[in-house]
Amino acid sequence: MSKRIQVNDLNVFYSQFKAVEGVNMVIEPRSVTAFIGPSGCGKSTFLRTLNRMHEVIPGARVEGEVLVDGNDLYGPGVDPVLVRRQVGMVFQRPNPFPTMSIRDNVLAGVKLNNRRQSKSEQDDLVEKSLRGANLWNEVKDRLNLPGSGLSGGQQQRLCIARAIAVSPDVLLMDEPCSALDPISTLAIEDLIEELKTEYTIVIVTHNMQQASRVSEKTAFFNIAGTGQPGKLIEYADTAKIFSNPDVQATEDYVSGRFG
Amino acid sequence: MSAAVNDPAAGLRSRRIGDAVFAGMSRWAGALILIVLAAVAIFLVAQALPALIQGTDEGESFLAYVLPLAFGTVWAAALALAMAIPVAVGIALFISHYAPRRLAAGLGYVIDLLAAVPSVVFGLWGIQVLAPATVPLADWLTANLGWIPLFAGPASGTGRTMLTVAIVLAVMILPIMTAMCREVFLQTPRLNEEAALALGATQWEMITMSVLPYGRPGIVSAAMLGLGRALGETMAVAMVLSPATVISFALVTTQNPATIASNIALNFPEAHGLGVNTLIATGLVLFVITLAVNALARWYVNRRTVSA
Repeated sequence: MSKRIQVNDLNVFYSQFKAVEGVNMVIEPRSVTAFIGPSGCGKSTFLRTLNRMHEVIPGARVEGEVLVDGNDLYGPGVDPVLVRRQVGMVFQRPNPFPTMSIRDNVLAGVKLNNRRQSKSEQDDLVEKSLRGANLWNEVKDRLNLPGSGLSGGQQQRLCIARAIAVSPDVLLMDEPCSALDPISTLAIEDLIEELKTEYTIVIVTHNMQQASRVSEKTAFFNIAGTGQPGKLIEYADTAKIFSNPDVQATEDYVSGRFG
Repeated sequence: MSAAVNDPAAGLRSRRIGDAVFAGMSRWAGALILIVLAAVAIFLVAQALPALIQGTDEGESFLAYVLPLAFGTVWAAALALAMAIPVAVGIALFISHYAPRRLAAGLGYVIDLLAAVPSVVFGLWGIQVLAPATVPLADWLTANLGWIPLFAGPASGTGRTMLTVAIVLAVMILPIMTAMCREVFLQTPRLNEEAALALGATQWEMITMSVLPYGRPGIVSAAMLGLGRALGETMAVAMVLSPATVISFALVTTQNPATIASNIALNFPEAHGLGVNTLIATGLVLFVITLAVNALARWYVNRRTVSA
């Protein structure tokens, strides 16, 4: 299920503006990789190129390759819709479909794939996904109520359940805890720990303790100044990044001596 | 001497005077709408009463007089709405989610421009252009689909039919409905759209999963606004239709029910005595129908927002 991601010489542009420059990276399967760096350094933009979600913004394009188990996501004839079905995403703010019930939210992606399922198969999938997102016990009695009635942390776990219901190869998380309180954050972090046994997880975070708690490898992104492209400064084992990084800028950032 | 300057309450008090003035003005503006509405309602009821009690001056009961008119009004408006809703939603989606940005802006202006065309112009267009153009279509419909009551023959030779009226009304209510739908669709939260796209939704699937559910109350409001306008439309209908006193669902015959508003416009100049009361009473009926439509829309939209 989980796959290896290889990024070769990736540049990302918004029309004429070069947002990210020259990223090379290998992300191992069944691991958690964290992206850290100051705001505007291109880490979210880069994350979105891993499932072609950056294309939602008009004028966005990339140069270079993103290989998922050897298949280039940007090869000729590759449909971004199919890419996104293999590479799931969880967003900064919880975004369950407001008019759908909890159950329908979990099944939303599966229904898109036009897989015909019996009701009992659907029930099993809903339970499995919600259990996988540590949400089952809290919502099993109200599966037919709208997802918007849940707390923020529960909504975010519902979004994770929705993403894993389609059995993606990779799970991208764009600051998944930034809108949550510490207790809900802990619940999500525990969940990430469990999910990495099955999925390749990439997480963008502003919280460096979070990066050091959940990830095996960490990538530090930075920009030279406004209007400059973001670059990958250092990519190494998380323990190394937070104890003795090779680059001075990384050390300054993780130790809070940034700027 | 410095008491007035240093007294902090003085500053507060003067600000409160401004507050009181604006509060009073807005309160009056709010009250005014109620007064106007009450005045109209009282006028309608008072003037309508004789006709309601005595019937028309030709001796038939008022109910028998107004029923074909009320039917024609609702039927024409409903037909127009049925034609306009899919087109309005389609145009709005094209502008908000498909068209390149520059084309979308231009198209938006054209739609607003269409809303500025006076209804009498639409009426002229209906008679001169649309009515003759529908004749071949009407012939074909009665010949091939005549077994459906909607298309029962014989077809009108002039094209001044319910079908033509419905098309003219649909074109008239299209701009306002399109503009409203477009505004609502543009407000769809980006996060909802991205949620669908990230699950691997195509553009159309994204629209059905996030844009349309989010916009549904807005679509209903737009439809009711359009329906209200179609119900009350006078000139275009009066110019196109040559009315008969019938209740008929047939779209393309010469026997077409008139609408309340067009009937008033056509008959009021020659009316006198009880005839005036009768026409005003039909106006009261139109008032009630429109009120009911609006109340229904309110209720539906509120119900949706509470549950969501």
